[in-house]
Amino acid sequence: MKEEGTNNEITRRKFLTNALRASAGIAVGGLAVYVAGNSNTKDLVWQLDPAKCIQCGQCVTNCVVTPSAVKCVHVFDMCGYCDLCGGYFRADAKELTTAAENQLCPTGAIERKFVEDPFFEYTITEDLCIGCGKCVAGCGAFGNGSLQLQVRHDLCKNCNQCNIALTCPADAFERVPVDSVSIFKGFSDIEFVNKS
Amino acid sequence: MTKTTFSIFINGFKPGKLVIFIFIIAISFISFDAEAQRFPKPEFESGYEQIETQIPVPRSNFMEYFDVFVLFIALGIITWIVLRKRSRTGVFWVSVFSVLYFGFFREGCVCSVGSLQNVTLALFNPGYKIPITVLLFFILPLLFTLLFGRTFCAGVCPLGAIQDFFVIKPLKLKNWVQKLLGLIPYFYLGLAVLYAATNTDFIICRYDPFVSIFRLNGEFSMFLLGGLFLSASIVIARPYCRFFCPYGVLLNWMSRISLFHMTITPTKCVQCKLCEGSCPFDAIDIPDTEKPKESKQTTKRRFIALVVLIPLITLTGAWSGYLIHEKLAIVNSKVELAIELIYLDKHPEITDDPSYTESFEVEAFRTSGQSKEQLFEEAKLVISKFRIGSILFGGFIGLVFGITLAGLSVYRYKNDYEPNKGECLSCARCMDYCPVDDESKLIEKVK
Repeated sequence: MKEEGTNNEITRRKFLTNALRASAGIAVGGLAVYVAGNSNTKDLVWQLDPAKCIQCGQCVTNCVVTPSAVKCVHVFDMCGYCDLCGGYFRADAKELTTAAENQLCPTGAIERKFVEDPFFEYTITEDLCIGCGKCVAGCGAFGNGSLQLQVRHDLCKNCNQCNIALTCPADAFERVPVDSVSIFKGFSDIEFVNKS
Repeated sequence: MTKTTFSIFINGFKPGKLVIFIFIIAISFISFDAEAQRFPKPEFESGYEQIETQIPVPRSNFMEYFDVFVLFIALGIITWIVLRKRSRTGVFWVSVFSVLYFGFFREGCVCSVGSLQNVTLALFNPGYKIPITVLLFFILPLLFTLLFGRTFCAGVCPLGAIQDFFVIKPLKLKNWVQKLLGLIPYFYLGLAVLYAATNTDFIICRYDPFVSIFRLNGEFSMFLLGGLFLSASIVIARPYCRFFCPYGVLLNWMSRISLFHMTITPTKCVQCKLCEGSCPFDAIDIPDTEKPKESKQTTKRRFIALVVLIPLITLTGAWSGYLIHEKLAIVNSKVELAIELIYLDKHPEITDDPSYTESFEVEAFRTSGQSKEQLFEEAKLVISKFRIGSILFGGFIGLVFGITLAGLSVYRYKNDYEPNKGECLSCARCMDYCPVDDESKLIEKVK
């Protein structure tokens, strides 16, 4: 349908290509400038909002890494150091001992240590925690809610699309700037130590 | 006060005791009026020091900028290797570096392919502030391609580079198979943009077949998919790049009008046909100097047919898009939840059944305190966005079909063996087959 490769046609094609190239360049540049107007110099990372979390337990399996990058974090400032810890003991626990049958945590990741009568300190062994949120639910129901689920950023791969965020029934996951990575429920003025 | 509270607790949670438990909680609230917490932090007498809550920091922001720098340098180096050095070995080593750095070290995210969704999301949702590094990951390869062809695909993109290692015995695909499979990326691109613009899902990232390999961690099905693509790459070279990659569509467009592009021969093609079978991606255009003899009538008729057909296919596509927009919108979590709630409202016998357990979504919605009307309004808004988006998506696919059809019947005068600028991945394999010496290099050698 086109005429044979005469000189005239080549120049016409060249001109069109040049025009097209220039407009493509302008389009890409324009898009970049336009989008840059709504940009952020800080990278974004995923975090879950404990206020929205319903402890459904799906963080255990829906994270792309195994075990999940979502872990239970103990906000000590909020802890009541209860002897009868709703996060540590099962509701049907026969006695308040560290015996495995009394523990709520399926992996035994919570450590209970006597401080002074009647207070006990609970620490989380993060290597064992699978992020199921059973203790979070227990502490939230019976205690202060000092146990909260959080994405741990030394483990999180920061997927462009967080797999848990997609399936989270409570829509609790959001992107937060890289310099303010934690969201805690009921407590905002805590100074935390950054572990690098 | 606290001691008495605890002594009752020690007896355990028997249902009967729960009432007393709640009662005591209520009392303790009154006595500790200012405290919002059920059990205020104790004042320790034994000198116990409270442990501080540790917050691990993410990968530093500096590293994200460093990655952009590495991307820029890698693009520069591979462009120089392909266009100037004309060295396949060089491309191979850059591929090794990219797989190691962008793949295994950086663990895949964010990549240029996925970043197109972030850019789309930022375009349509002002609430999302796109990190400037992600934007650069999107823009840099496009600009390089507009100037030098798809050198990004040659060996900087870790997804392409890892497949390239498996290209062992590439088969030649029939032209119609190629053209047909080549339409998939347009579908994928359209869907990805639609779902990203409506803030529903990033499907490119979700179905990225190689990211679990780079992370050495992930779902079994994704490993399987990655393995399938890699083993397919042995006979169908780089299947993901050619028949799936949505970013490849944009790069293809850019490359077609690129200012410079690699050539098979360093100087002048001698029509020796040695390079003919060298391209594993079937991206070499064979010379075509004989214009097929057709009567004016046929070409005129075809022209009219195309002029009528292309708008018709586009409109049909747009119409089909309109028809399926509700089906496409179901994926959105808000729409999904609204549908579930409406269904439950219509069938009260389901919720009345004592064995009924509500889904996590419904539970989360109930506890969130949001009203159903509010959710329905939001879902409606999402669906209306999908209506416009699906019409555009359908129209786009129709247009692509039409233009592909037109492209099949357009005669292009070709004198020499040349890489197809759109399809060529600038891998530099064909250069080794060209017997023509670069004269300038020869002169250098002689000197």
